[in-house]
Amino acid sequence: MPTYVHMTRCDGCGQCVDICPSDIMHIDTDIRRAYNIEPDMCWECYSCVKACPHNAIDVRGYADFTPLGSSVRVRRDEEKGVIAWRIIFRNGKKDWDLIAPITTKPWGTAIPDLNTATAPSDEMRNSDLLYNEPKYVRFDEGGLHTLKTNKLVMKEGVYY
Amino acid sequence: MLTTNPFAELSASYPDLFTPGVMQVYIILMVLFVIGGTIIDLMHKKSAKYFFGNAERSKKNAKRVLSSSEKNGLLVKTITNEVLTSSEFSNPKRRLSHLLIMYGFIFFVVATAVMIFAYPTGRGDATPAIWPLLWHLGALMLCVGGYWFWFAIRVDVAAEGKPWYKIAPRADMFILSLLATCTFALIWSFTKGMGIFFALFIISSTFLFSTVIWSKFAHMFFKPAAAYEKKVVWADGSREGLPDMPDLSSAEVHEKFPDIPTYMGKTPPDMGPGIRREPANHY
Repeated sequence: MPTYVHMTRCDGCGQCVDICPSDIMHIDTDIRRAYNIEPDMCWECYSCVKACPHNAIDVRGYADFTPLGSSVRVRRDEEKGVIAWRIIFRNGKKDWDLIAPITTKPWGTAIPDLNTATAPSDEMRNSDLLYNEPKYVRFDEGGLHTLKTNKLVMKEGVYY
Repeated sequence: MLTTNPFAELSASYPDLFTPGVMQVYIILMVLFVIGGTIIDLMHKKSAKYFFGNAERSKKNAKRVLSSSEKNGLLVKTITNEVLTSSEFSNPKRRLSHLLIMYGFIFFVVATAVMIFAYPTGRGDATPAIWPLLWHLGALMLCVGGYWFWFAIRVDVAAEGKPWYKIAPRADMFILSLLATCTFALIWSFTKGMGIFFALFIISSTFLFSTVIWSKFAHMFFKPAAAYEKKVVWADGSREGLPDMPDLSSAEVHEKFPDIPTYMGKTPPDMGPGIRREPANHY
């Protein structure tokens, strides 16, 4: 079910606007708070829920991972490198606290330099990891695909 | 001049028109406006009903019961942090401006009440100097904090890029009437008499206190209540339905969530800011 913002907890910081992949979180200029302009187009990806510093955005838990009416709330703590979920059933019978790691090394470190990585061998390409992947992931046609190698140029600005 | 009581001088200059009784009735009327406006606002928005209903629902999810000494401790903390030092603000400019306006308003209102109720007559310099000084200081602090907010900090100006003269009528009622009150109070105090500035001072202060139902005035009562409730909810385990974030090096966490010691080690380091590295500015 799509996201909704608790206007009393929101302070209009815009983190959800910046992170929404569907570009549907906007700031209402009259009351200066965030709101979902197109709930039908919500991907329910939970990006805005995780990005909100005030935990002001909620998504109703859906039937595929929790019974309807459950309270599903998440806290993504970047300094600790974990994400924590709490699911409370509507009849109060279950109240889970769940924690999982989201990074094993500090952010911004250990980013692999794909230029120096070797292409996968034929054996690796035919293994179950890469068998069904598209050609540009398997490096079937040579090296890494970049904008430059495909003679594409990114124009500045926002694309709608 | 800063140490003369302007109300006593007014009462001395126009003894038939501005008797102490008239001034005191005005103060009491303004207080009643504030109380009545807040109550009507509460009833109309049903905010008290929702606030206490939410508190009851949170209590059901509570993991432990708070003792009264714990609750008192939280109340004291709310008063010392959120109320006295406006700790809710993380932006230092907004915090300083709010502190100036808040304490300026308190000094101004308290000094007004003391001067009108305790020293309404006599020569202007018969009042102990502290009260007129506090009155002028309060009005000055209101002006400094208020104009700074109006021209630079107000979010329509700072984030939406609107010019400072573009007013959102209902949203800006409170700050504009506050600014008008303190500005005209200061100008009247220096020009004296019953002229245009006194009239504007009275009009703007009446407007300020009578529009409590529609303006942001009542936030001074609601915010501390909300801050206290938030502290209670985080202390008793209901946490507004949010999960706990325990110490990741503890054996308890390692037993319950074996992924953490497996992938992050026994004492996970500080991972640094991720997406919060830059403040949002693409809206």
